[in-house]
Amino acid sequence: MGDESTKFSDGDAVPRVVIVDDHRLFRSGVRGELGDAVNVIGEAGDVDSAVHVIGETLPDLVLLDVHLPGGGGVEVLRRVLAKHSQIRFLALSVSDAAEDVIGVVRGGARGYVTKTISGKELANAIVRVADGDAVFSPRLAGFVLDAFSATDAPPVDPELDRLTQREREVLRHIARGYAYKEVAKELFISVKTVETHVSSVLRKLQLSNRHELSRWATARRLV
Amino acid sequence: MTAVETPRLTRAVDGRLLGGVASGLARHLGLEPVVVRLAFMALAVGGIGVAVYVALYFLVPLEETEEEGRSDPAADNRRKGRDISQLIAYIGLAAGLGILFLLFGGVFDPLLWFVIFGALGATILWQQANPAERNEWMNSTVSRTRPKSIMRTVVGILLVVVGVLGFLAFHQQLQEARAGLTFAFTLIGGIALIVAPWIIGLIRERDSERRERIRNAERAELAAHIHDSVLHTLTLIQRRADDPREVQRLARVQERALRSWLYQRPADAETTVTPGLERVAAEVEEEHGVPIEVVCVGDAPIDDGISAMLRAAREAMVNASKYAGTDSISVFGEVDEEEVLVFVRDRGAGFDLDDIPQDRMGVRGSIVGRMERHGGSARIRTEPGEGTEVQLRMPRIAEM
Repeated sequence: MGDESTKFSDGDAVPRVVIVDDHRLFRSGVRGELGDAVNVIGEAGDVDSAVHVIGETLPDLVLLDVHLPGGGGVEVLRRVLAKHSQIRFLALSVSDAAEDVIGVVRGGARGYVTKTISGKELANAIVRVADGDAVFSPRLAGFVLDAFSATDAPPVDPELDRLTQREREVLRHIARGYAYKEVAKELFISVKTVETHVSSVLRKLQLSNRHELSRWATARRLV
Repeated sequence: MTAVETPRLTRAVDGRLLGGVASGLARHLGLEPVVVRLAFMALAVGGIGVAVYVALYFLVPLEETEEEGRSDPAADNRRKGRDISQLIAYIGLAAGLGILFLLFGGVFDPLLWFVIFGALGATILWQQANPAERNEWMNSTVSRTRPKSIMRTVVGILLVVVGVLGFLAFHQQLQEARAGLTFAFTLIGGIALIVAPWIIGLIRERDSERRERIRNAERAELAAHIHDSVLHTLTLIQRRADDPREVQRLARVQERALRSWLYQRPADAETTVTPGLERVAAEVEEEHGVPIEVVCVGDAPIDDGISAMLRAAREAMVNASKYAGTDSISVFGEVDEEEVLVFVRDRGAGFDLDDIPQDRMGVRGSIVGRMERHGGSARIRTEPGEGTEVQLRMPRIAEM
């Protein structure tokens, strides 16, 4: 699925999705809520079967739980992305813990939503991530702001590890509960620009050095 | 001191001078303690008394004290005073005897001194190992190394070593002693080499056992918590199945409780901004039944201004739950270097700010007025149909 011209948001095609979660009830619940908005082509309940199913079906997007038997969502990301880097991941978690969330995002997930999200919003998020955008929940935006602002020492590579003023502003609005559209209106920029900012934050989060994040986590007694 | 029946032989705790051996023995035999002490003193001249005293000290168990006996501080003091004076008297007596012995009995054997050194060290070390201390050692999850106990151990070991070496050195000629010492140290080293792995294994086993125990305790606590709160809530929900609002409220309350129980950082309970804001939101949510999502960045201790800000934020949340007619409210708090910001936002009905009559206190008094009185500011952005956002801003007092 390296074809970048496919745009699911146009409504012509629906993204093909694999749901990975260790609770069968939750999987069927998500499947029911999503309805026709996506095409669920597979399910898995642990790391090994997830890697297997994803390898077989090569979906557009994987809806990934953070906590899984056999190594967690991070392990799935590591093993799948090594072979199929085009597959996109959206983390879906009940966990509030920052280290879980930041962990999967650093592992390569393109977005993060909590399990309290409504079915419609989830379908929206799936379509956006399948299109190549990044999706942040307000809580994740808060975590990211926290992670980047708690570093006093000069970063190794300022270009890479610092959020620009604009990115910070965008994240702040998302953390305040604004939708991308509202952020765009508020800051007098296009929705596309908001999405670009969010994507670059995600990229920085993946690349920013591990040392900083672990120090941040230690400072907050998370690890 | 007339005992009706003979008490068991124990070391006395009350009214003792040294180890409580003499007074304990006196009680056991039904004699005056002074008699027993003098007897010990007399025997001590030959060295036997000391040996007997030390042996009894180790062998005879300590008397079990009833706690209420120590509640009278006046009596305690009196006894202590008498004790010290008696102790001085006995020491004087012992010194006198010793001088007499030195003057008339010829050489005072240096051997005895080393024996006394050794005995003193051993006493200190053994006292370290009394049950109370040992318990402290065993469940040493917290302060494992207290400098005082380390010092005592070191002093004890030093005394024993000096005593033993001195005894050896004087007992035989020094030359021979050296050979003996080499022999002894080699033997001890060999034994240590043989025994060390076994002891290390034991220690490791104990550590892993302790870890396992802690883990089990945690698991049991989690089970108990889930039993107490979650199961009860589920039962309540089953009973109230026909009232969706109540069911939702119960579920939210329980979710938040469990979440904070699982993920909460217990240390900064209620004295900083983040937990404070979360608590305020939880209270409003519980009262009004509208879910409030709180995101907070950074943290700072709560001062006067910030606590006023929390009250203003609470008012804003209450307003949003009451009038906005929405099913969710977002609260965002950010602690900056210079100021603290709180945004309370809903996507509900919104209103026209100019339409509020002058006499309505909610927004003007509780939010704007309160913030301004404490040196902060409040802005309200709203439009009919667009929802409302209350922005609160409070400068931080320099913490120098």
